[in-house]
Amino acid sequence: MNEKLEKLIDKKGLRLDGRKADELRPIKIEVGVLSNADGSAYIEQGKNKILAAVFGPREMHPKHLSLPDRMVLRCRYHMAPFSVQERKSPAPSRREVELSKVIRESLEPSLFVEYYPRTGIDVFVEVLQADGGTRCASITAASLAIADAGIPMRDLVVACAAGKVDDTMVLDLMDTEDKVGVADVPVAFMPNLNAITLLQMDGILTPEEFENAVNLAMEGCKKIYALQKEALKTKYMSIKEEVEE
Amino acid sequence: MSSLVTRVRQKQIGQLIDAGKRLDGRGLGDYREIKLEQGLIERAEGSARVLLGKTEVLVGTKVETGEPFPDIPNEGVLTVNAELVPLASSTFEPGPPDENSIELARIVDRGIRESKAIDTEKLCIEPGKKVFVVFVDIYVLNHDGNLIDASALAAVAALLNTKMPNYEIKDGIVKIKAGYTPLPMKSQPITVTLGKINDKLIIDPWLEEEQIMDARLSMAINDEGNICAIQKGGTGYFTPQQILEASKIAQEKAAELRKKLDW
Repeated sequence: MNEKLEKLIDKKGLRLDGRKADELRPIKIEVGVLSNADGSAYIEQGKNKILAAVFGPREMHPKHLSLPDRMVLRCRYHMAPFSVQERKSPAPSRREVELSKVIRESLEPSLFVEYYPRTGIDVFVEVLQADGGTRCASITAASLAIADAGIPMRDLVVACAAGKVDDTMVLDLMDTEDKVGVADVPVAFMPNLNAITLLQMDGILTPEEFENAVNLAMEGCKKIYALQKEALKTKYMSIKEEVEE
Repeated sequence: MSSLVTRVRQKQIGQLIDAGKRLDGRGLGDYREIKLEQGLIERAEGSARVLLGKTEVLVGTKVETGEPFPDIPNEGVLTVNAELVPLASSTFEPGPPDENSIELARIVDRGIRESKAIDTEKLCIEPGKKVFVVFVDIYVLNHDGNLIDASALAAVAALLNTKMPNYEIKDGIVKIKAGYTPLPMKSQPITVTLGKINDKLIIDPWLEEEQIMDARLSMAINDEGNICAIQKGGTGYFTPQQILEASKIAQEKAAELRKKLDW
């Protein structure tokens, strides 16, 4: 990618995959996809395919990690070896350790941790296929999995990235845009509380561009939020139908 | 990290911040005293020590030859690592790096990398085969809060102090010659960290503030005053308005620090 052969946005203002600047990739969300987990969700966003599962609230292992006044949220973000072009070693990389931490910190504000003292909740995220923006899609799915586990929440957490590609501010960057683009700003958001729970950035933006990027990302979040709620309802509608039969 | 601050103390810190004051006498937007010293480790190619109040961070750099990454064959390599040395705090334990030290290293790395602080193309010896690899090792010697800003500052100061070996290519073989040239630098990013306590933003949180704050936001600002890296941390949140306010404060503080620093 050292030679900047490719223009990421064509003369019509369309992106490599034919999207407009403020257009999301096609998103498919399913809730309750794993029978052993207390809650689970699956998301496809573009070529991203990500599974999230939640166990708990349950007794902490090891026990000494439990806290007397609140529950402990643990999170593991992990990429399958076959999820990227070149095989990724299954051992957790430094990137995965950092992402596990920021994903956990983006989900925790949505939980009433004081409701479940001495317990733990484990969130496992497995990226089966990666196509840029996996941390955002992971947060969107993980939050749904927590809701699916029946754990009380202040709001669903939804995440989306915005960034600068060539000279344009774009929404929901895919792999190439993320790598070759100028800047990438992932944002996680709780729409009902107007609270940003994850914010990262790499690349160079002027303060004005940064403000635009955050606003664009929040707009994207709100659109995905609607899909999230729809996915939750779909699951409960299917249970209702089963019961009525 | 669990809080070791008593409730009485938490309340005191919170009430002072509500009144626009802080326990150590600073205003909400003030840094602690910053002391910077460069070139104190002779064996390292570059080094710097930063004292941010009582927080003390030593950074040493080593420059070696190695292979470039296949996707950027004509650029040198930057590697940042952080050690939370057990002598720096009773909460640091020996062992492989935990998520806090990995996050610290990656925040500092991103600030340097994304601001293009090092002219990595000038570190190329033979495209695709041999380049200089710059190792930045962050050594936290005393933890009194805000390791991010102290480490970022020390890392850039150490890079500015780093020398690169001279070399020549004879019959396709790279030979290191005597003498050194300074590491080619293009930008000097400054990272500013804000904490949120009682919905108020404070600059440069020290240890006790760090332990009770809801969330933190670190922004790396380059020479032109543009933002080149951001990391939110902590289990709380920011409103969009607070993010924009924080961005403004970070710009001002970075410009202010830049004027003061002599590196």
